[in-house]
Amino acid sequence: MPSITREEVAHLARLARIELSDSELDHLAPQLDQIISLVGQVSQVAADDIPPTSHALPLTNVMRADENVPCLSPEQALSGAPAAEEQRFRVPRILEED
Amino acid sequence: MTDLTRKTAAELAELMTSGQASSVEVTQAHLDRIAAVDGDVHAFLHVDSEGALAQAKAVDAKRAAGEQLAPLAGVPLALKDVLTQEGVPTTAGSKILEGWKPPYDSTVVKRLKAAGIVILGKTNMDEFAMGSSTENSAYGTTHNPWDLGRIPGGSGGGSSAAIAAYEAPLAIGTDTGGSIRQPGAFTGTVGVKPTYGGTSRYGLIALASSLDTPGPCARTTLDAALLHEAIAGYDPMDSTSINQDVPPVVAAARNGDVAGLRIGVVKELGGEGYQPGVEARFHEAVELLTKLGAEVVEVSCPHFEYALPAYYLILPSEASSNLAKFDAMRYGLRVGDDGENSAERVTSLSREAGFGAEVKRRIILGTHALSSGYYDAYYGQAQKVRTLIARDFANAYEQVDVLVSPATPTTAFPIGDRINDPIAMYKNDLCTIPSNLAGNAAASFPCGLADEDGLPVGFHVMAPVLRDDLCYQVGAALESALADQWGGVLMTKAPELGVTR
Repeated sequence: MPSITREEVAHLARLARIELSDSELDHLAPQLDQIISLVGQVSQVAADDIPPTSHALPLTNVMRADENVPCLSPEQALSGAPAAEEQRFRVPRILEED
Repeated sequence: MTDLTRKTAAELAELMTSGQASSVEVTQAHLDRIAAVDGDVHAFLHVDSEGALAQAKAVDAKRAAGEQLAPLAGVPLALKDVLTQEGVPTTAGSKILEGWKPPYDSTVVKRLKAAGIVILGKTNMDEFAMGSSTENSAYGTTHNPWDLGRIPGGSGGGSSAAIAAYEAPLAIGTDTGGSIRQPGAFTGTVGVKPTYGGTSRYGLIALASSLDTPGPCARTTLDAALLHEAIAGYDPMDSTSINQDVPPVVAAARNGDVAGLRIGVVKELGGEGYQPGVEARFHEAVELLTKLGAEVVEVSCPHFEYALPAYYLILPSEASSNLAKFDAMRYGLRVGDDGENSAERVTSLSREAGFGAEVKRRIILGTHALSSGYYDAYYGQAQKVRTLIARDFANAYEQVDVLVSPATPTTAFPIGDRINDPIAMYKNDLCTIPSNLAGNAAASFPCGLADEDGLPVGFHVMAPVLRDDLCYQVGAALESALADQWGGVLMTKAPELGVTR
């Protein structure tokens, strides 16, 4: 019994905003199933009283002084955009037809 | 090949300081070498000849004017294509960023430039640093200079291959689960993963933010230490940067005295699944260190066997979040923008066209691990395993100063051998991953050639957070003792490129 089905992979791909072809799904689903079996080992290791570690070092918030400093110009910020117009990123329409 | 490309970075710096060579001559010699051999090796994705020569000229002018220069001023370097360099194409090995020119320098690049280090170009890598072979690059595989039919390791295969092919004396890599150390081991070079937070991640195209660490690649321990010192240190632009002094890595690389040093051999990193030639060279190196006065004991780290599964949950989870920014709106590839498709569909079509198989696999795995109903079982548990691994390290460091293991279970494998078997590929990183999860310092140093295939073996040294100097101390001791046997560094045993073709 696979731990992840082809349909679930297709659903996850949609959530991750990746269009996958049928042949990619055929290839990917059994591989992901194998990988999930491997990584699933972690579920048996740690007891409830073990605290999780999200980061190797203790993190503290870093603030900088609220001062004007040189930053990218609009032209620089837009320089890598696939499409730009009037100093803005031009994007495809946001809403679907229906 | 001119003699200049065979010199170490420290030797080149000395030649330039004493006026026996200019940076322009040294840079041109390496550009000529790239032109001669990179067709076979494919270490570089972009060679910035004009920019490199301009940087070299500027360093020569400063030297002529009597300015005080940094130790590596004028020495050329190859830069992994995952770090932004203003105006120079940066792709992270992905089609989704093809042709993108960053509008700013990463902190590592700023520091290289400030130190007068000449950047020759950008090196090939597994797409978004996902891989252990450099076969996942959208721009083709890099070949191992020791055997062009084999992989150089990954994800920083281009950086390690560039120095192994004498195309550059120095390179920068990034290490998320072993991407500096594993290619270092496979190419017979030195690869160092500094303490997490010891080198800045600002301007590094993130794979997994809690693990990624930029670091040096070189042919000698001293060269790696000199480069380490040039790029390390606190960076206010990176909230995970450590605000403490850089450990004395150069002094340690020059010292190399291991008498009295307590070295722990990790019991769990050896045995079944390890190539006999790798184990043989590893144990010889341990014996050598014992003869040099180190105290060697076996140490157990019982949770290391769960490092690999924990890593392959944490990394994809962070990666799926980090790579969400590749949405075809602000930079990168855009596909399907014909007026008929919505922004959401354009994003999906662009990501389908722009990402390779391994990236898709990991994004979907990460999306699964973070999804409702699975979060606690997968991601939450993986974070607990991370705690157990950190405790294993802490317990071990109460008994010893450093831990050692082979850097990889095998030597470099043939191109195509494991590309369709992700689990076999992931197992390459067994020895290197625990250090990334705990954030401590680690490095791979060449320790000989495996009997079965004559390919390089890496000796892996792990040290506590901000004790990077201990890695260099062990590496220097090993290098000096082995150089007496080999008549130089291990790279001198590599086959000559470009002779038979």
